[in-house]
Amino acid sequence: MNRRALAPAALALTGVLALAACSSSAGSDEPKAATGPVNLTFWSWTPNMDKVVALWNQGHPDIQVSVQKQASGDDLVTKTITAAKAGNAPDLVQAEFQALPTLVSNDVLADISKQAGAVKSQFAAGVWQQVSLGTDAVYAIPQDTAPLALYYRTDMFQQYGLKVPTTWAEFADAARQLKQKDPSKALTTFSANDSGLFAGLAQQAGAKWWTASGETWKVGIDDAATKKVADFWGGLVKEGAVDNQPMYTPAWSKALNDGSQIAWVSAVWAPGVFDSSAPDTKGKWAMAPLPQWNAGETVTGSWGGSTTGVTTGAKKAGHADAAAQFASWLNTDPTAVTALVKEAGIYPAATTAQTGSALAVPPAFFANQADFYPKAAEIAKGTAAAAWGPNVNVAYSTFKDAFGKAAQDKGDFSAALTAMQQATVADLKKNGFKTEG
Amino acid sequence: MRTKSTRWIPTLILLLGAVYCLVPIIWVVMASTKNGQELFTTFTFAPGSGFLDNLSELSAYRDGVYWRWMLNSALYAGFGALLSAALSGVTGYALAKYRFRGRNALFSILLAGVLMPPITLAIPQYLLMAEAGLADSYWSVLLPSILSPYGIYLARIYAAAAIPDEVVEAARVDGAREFRLFRSVALPMMVPGLVTVFLFQFVAIWNNFLLPYIMLGDDSKFPVTVGLYSLLQQGANAPALYTLVITGALLSIVPLIALFLGLQRYWRIDLLSGAVKS
Repeated sequence: MNRRALAPAALALTGVLALAACSSSAGSDEPKAATGPVNLTFWSWTPNMDKVVALWNQGHPDIQVSVQKQASGDDLVTKTITAAKAGNAPDLVQAEFQALPTLVSNDVLADISKQAGAVKSQFAAGVWQQVSLGTDAVYAIPQDTAPLALYYRTDMFQQYGLKVPTTWAEFADAARQLKQKDPSKALTTFSANDSGLFAGLAQQAGAKWWTASGETWKVGIDDAATKKVADFWGGLVKEGAVDNQPMYTPAWSKALNDGSQIAWVSAVWAPGVFDSSAPDTKGKWAMAPLPQWNAGETVTGSWGGSTTGVTTGAKKAGHADAAAQFASWLNTDPTAVTALVKEAGIYPAATTAQTGSALAVPPAFFANQADFYPKAAEIAKGTAAAAWGPNVNVAYSTFKDAFGKAAQDKGDFSAALTAMQQATVADLKKNGFKTEG
Repeated sequence: MRTKSTRWIPTLILLLGAVYCLVPIIWVVMASTKNGQELFTTFTFAPGSGFLDNLSELSAYRDGVYWRWMLNSALYAGFGALLSAALSGVTGYALAKYRFRGRNALFSILLAGVLMPPITLAIPQYLLMAEAGLADSYWSVLLPSILSPYGIYLARIYAAAAIPDEVVEAARVDGAREFRLFRSVALPMMVPGLVTVFLFQFVAIWNNFLLPYIMLGDDSKFPVTVGLYSLLQQGANAPALYTLVITGALLSIVPLIALFLGLQRYWRIDLLSGAVKS
């Protein structure tokens, strides 16, 4: 092909791209008055959400919500932002706590403090702070939370004479004792394929990964608290006291199922994972509070949890009131929350629901631990505040790369943490955020 | 003598290639027969006992939404590939047999399109569709699938090689109008090439993930690729439905295999006709 022919081709393509870029600014800011029944769309990944929403639709003929089930994850955040830029976002979206700053800074979520500020008292302060981003605004209503706890095999702990650790120092001792008694077993694994767990552990230690003062962001991923967590796990991996293979692989499921790994630091939703990954171990596990850095404390982090947000698109269409009303109902109304627990298996964020009748019976996999949910509610009270920023996805993907390599090589976890910090700051700068330090 | 002693090398390479391609398929077939309990615990390539249960569970999942996704996929891929083959046929024929101003420039743009990975176009296409008010509709997936630069390129090459200029001239002398000429003379000669375009495009649309993922919000319009993904990613508190996804993945390749077997004979003609002519 000759060069001259390529030039117009390239020109034509740039033209198309420029045209596409222009189209994103369309859409009017004037709210329209809603007339007749309001139809709202709701993007959610929660299983059986349609059944819960059906309860609402029955009682509210004037506000009809239709659920469009999505795949959860970082990709959904990108998809939502793209849709919002094109003026096509749904009225309501489910979003994980750590995605909220990203969605807010991209002008996807509307402030619904006027409509829904009143439900604040139904949530723990640390949880509410994550949907208000520390301001007076309210960007979403918390749906479910996921406090971290320690899950362990009661039979194996007994067999090897291990004490259930209450501090991280005891946790390390237990890991070493087990290795000594049976080198083929490991207490648990340090996995680098899910950044959420590491973030939760850092949260427990008091880390503040993102803090904003005015327009300026400060990234503290390599702060002292996170360093302590990274060095702790790095040390255990290096001396071989814990395994270094990723979670959620067939090999990992096998290790849980056949008892090669006998503990797992996980969130309150762990029973569902055990059920599918380690079905043979039913009734052999128990939940204990997360080991502490200082003996006697009751702090925990969280791994997951999500919210219901109202989009700016809904606000422009004059649907903000209706959408906010639905979001409040879904996450605070006893009927709705009970249905969410029963149909979708979530752990509700509303504090009254955590001790409510829907959670009176332990999950089937933990039938042996009758006080599973009361215990979980007790643990949840100690959830430390979390500090999320506008580019959690970048920090998370760097975590997977840097810690993945460090874990595999049994290498330097501090260096991996520094890499994570640098990549996150660089990305913030690249996207035009002011950064400090 | 020397040729004889090294003859096994190509065979071995082909065998290795076959193993490389077939092992994942065997894995899917075997895994789809296992129930949730057996999936991660029994030997990887040993059959399990849960295929029928998986099948009925998959069919029952959210009132059979899986079959709806399959139907959507068939719609996107079937119509998309058909229209794409038709468009490629017309365009390829015109580019090969007519001389007009800007022909080479046009062809160069198309070639540039071949080099451009479709993934990079998905977001611009989405914004355009949104502007046209077509996002989240069947058209939003169907329309971008119709234009296949590679298909047009293939059709042009094929038309240039398979339709002798003399035949076109003779038809013109006999008084055939241009469209009649294309339909009755050129098209039959291009069928094997167009079947190839159809197959390529069918597989490409069937396997496409990103375009429908970005375009569609309504899960009742999802193709099977995006639908199965939503079964895997259900949030942290709901485990991934591995057994359903694996069974669904197995069933989703059945139409592709059937299509290839069904259209195989056209490919044979393709090879044969090429051999005779040269």
